[in-house]
Amino acid sequence: MLDVSNISKIYAAGDKALDNVSFSVPAGQVVGLIGPSGAGKSTLIRCVNRLVEPTSGSISLAGKTITGLSSGELRSVRRRIGMIFQEYALVERLTVMENVLSGRLGYVSFWRSFTRRYPAADVQQAFALLDRVGLIDHASKRADALSGGQRQRVGIARALEQNPELLLIDEPTASLDPKTSRQIMRLLIEICRERQLPAIINIHDVVLAKQFTERLIGLKAGRIVFDGAPTELSETVLTTIYGEEDWKTLDSDMEAA
Amino acid sequence: MSETRHPPVWQHRTTGKRLLMWFGWLCLVALCVLCWQIMTKDTIWAFVSDAPRQAADLGSRMIPPRWSYLERLWLPLWDTLNIATLGTLLGILFAIPVAFLAASNTTPSRVLVRPIALFIIVASRSINSLIWALLLVSIIGPGLLAGIIAIGLRSIGFVAKLLYEAIEETDILQVEAVTATGASPAQVLNYGIVPQILPAFYGISVFRWDINIRESTILGLVGAGGIGMQLQASLNTLAWPQVTMIFIVILATVVVSEWVSAKVRHIII
Repeated sequence: MLDVSNISKIYAAGDKALDNVSFSVPAGQVVGLIGPSGAGKSTLIRCVNRLVEPTSGSISLAGKTITGLSSGELRSVRRRIGMIFQEYALVERLTVMENVLSGRLGYVSFWRSFTRRYPAADVQQAFALLDRVGLIDHASKRADALSGGQRQRVGIARALEQNPELLLIDEPTASLDPKTSRQIMRLLIEICRERQLPAIINIHDVVLAKQFTERLIGLKAGRIVFDGAPTELSETVLTTIYGEEDWKTLDSDMEAA
Repeated sequence: MSETRHPPVWQHRTTGKRLLMWFGWLCLVALCVLCWQIMTKDTIWAFVSDAPRQAADLGSRMIPPRWSYLERLWLPLWDTLNIATLGTLLGILFAIPVAFLAASNTTPSRVLVRPIALFIIVASRSINSLIWALLLVSIIGPGLLAGIIAIGLRSIGFVAKLLYEAIEETDILQVEAVTATGASPAQVLNYGIVPQILPAFYGISVFRWDINIRESTILGLVGAGGIGMQLQASLNTLAWPQVTMIFIVILATVVVSEWVSAKVRHIII
């Protein structure tokens, strides 16, 4: 479904964020991307929809090469890839409905989006999604009137409004409390299952990652150092990814959770 | 064992920095003395000592204001308000595109377009409305139109500068999210940036309108219409009670416009 091969990214300042990264995600698989801060997790998922331009390598989605597309073609690929952000990244001063409908921007003309006259089917779908994430009553509220967990749900609805073939999820729970984090992760996983939607989830929290994903990729200093099932994530592997630490407490956290 | 351990000493500034600051203050004092000398060189002290008497004399001629003159001020006052309002609208109309071209995150080209936009802003800001009016009166003749365009030209720079700073301060994550949906550049502006700068835009516009009311009251001095023309006529004929009346009208207008602008900004922000 998604093929990433030999992606490298060197920023203008000379920092090497990604170093020859290759992996592929089959249809319907939810991949957790773990690693310390600055390992290149955000850069990697931003390379997939080219919010960050990779320096070398190629990425293809369902056989269509994304790297090297013209800006017009890139937009039509981007609308097939939904993205969910750490700080929700909703347009704060627009209503919840406008935020969800903005998932259709790649499909409607400027004039339609400017006058907010979206096709009836798009609006129906937006209502259905808001209902799915439990926010149907909040459609006319402004996005900045919602709580963190609610905003992230709007972010999820916006990404799904695109009818995506792939979800890129950047630290979905980093700004949320532990309970809301688990609810959001559960919702994301359920939705991916329902729609057979492949997803890449950047995640700091190893416990959550082990609990909710079926495959983990460990990134360290821009290189993949681990790729396997969550059960294979031993203390030695954690030490390779994050460095020396007492990892035993992590497992007791797991059992508690 | 006789060595005593001193507690570590913390200094806010090093000795070198303190000396430098002393020297800085010394230079400032020296500059003040020099300025005073230059300022008083050409002063005729006889006139200065006479000043209170002169002021009292002028004051007595200005009071009481000629209230009956008020009815001849309504039309010029209306003209003044029109100059300010239409001039502000004209300025805003041109300032919006200039601001988007000048902001480093929305400009189509940082090398070519941005410097031109910044130059337009600086050029507009560096010339006072009164001077714009002076130029325009000689180009398109005296009257309201010259005043409106003068106010407009001066407003472009002010509004565009504050607006492009607001554009540059927008949250990039919101813009990124809209871009990620596959939106076109125009849609990214419409959904990602415009909602973020709208409160700043309204605030800036009303603030500039408020400033323009004050500026347009004097444009008449150079023939660009409004209440300033009455002021000049009254000054030329030494009709001091009328001058007082005009001052009162201007003061009242400015107070009202400031009140309106404060109210509007309070509601929006």
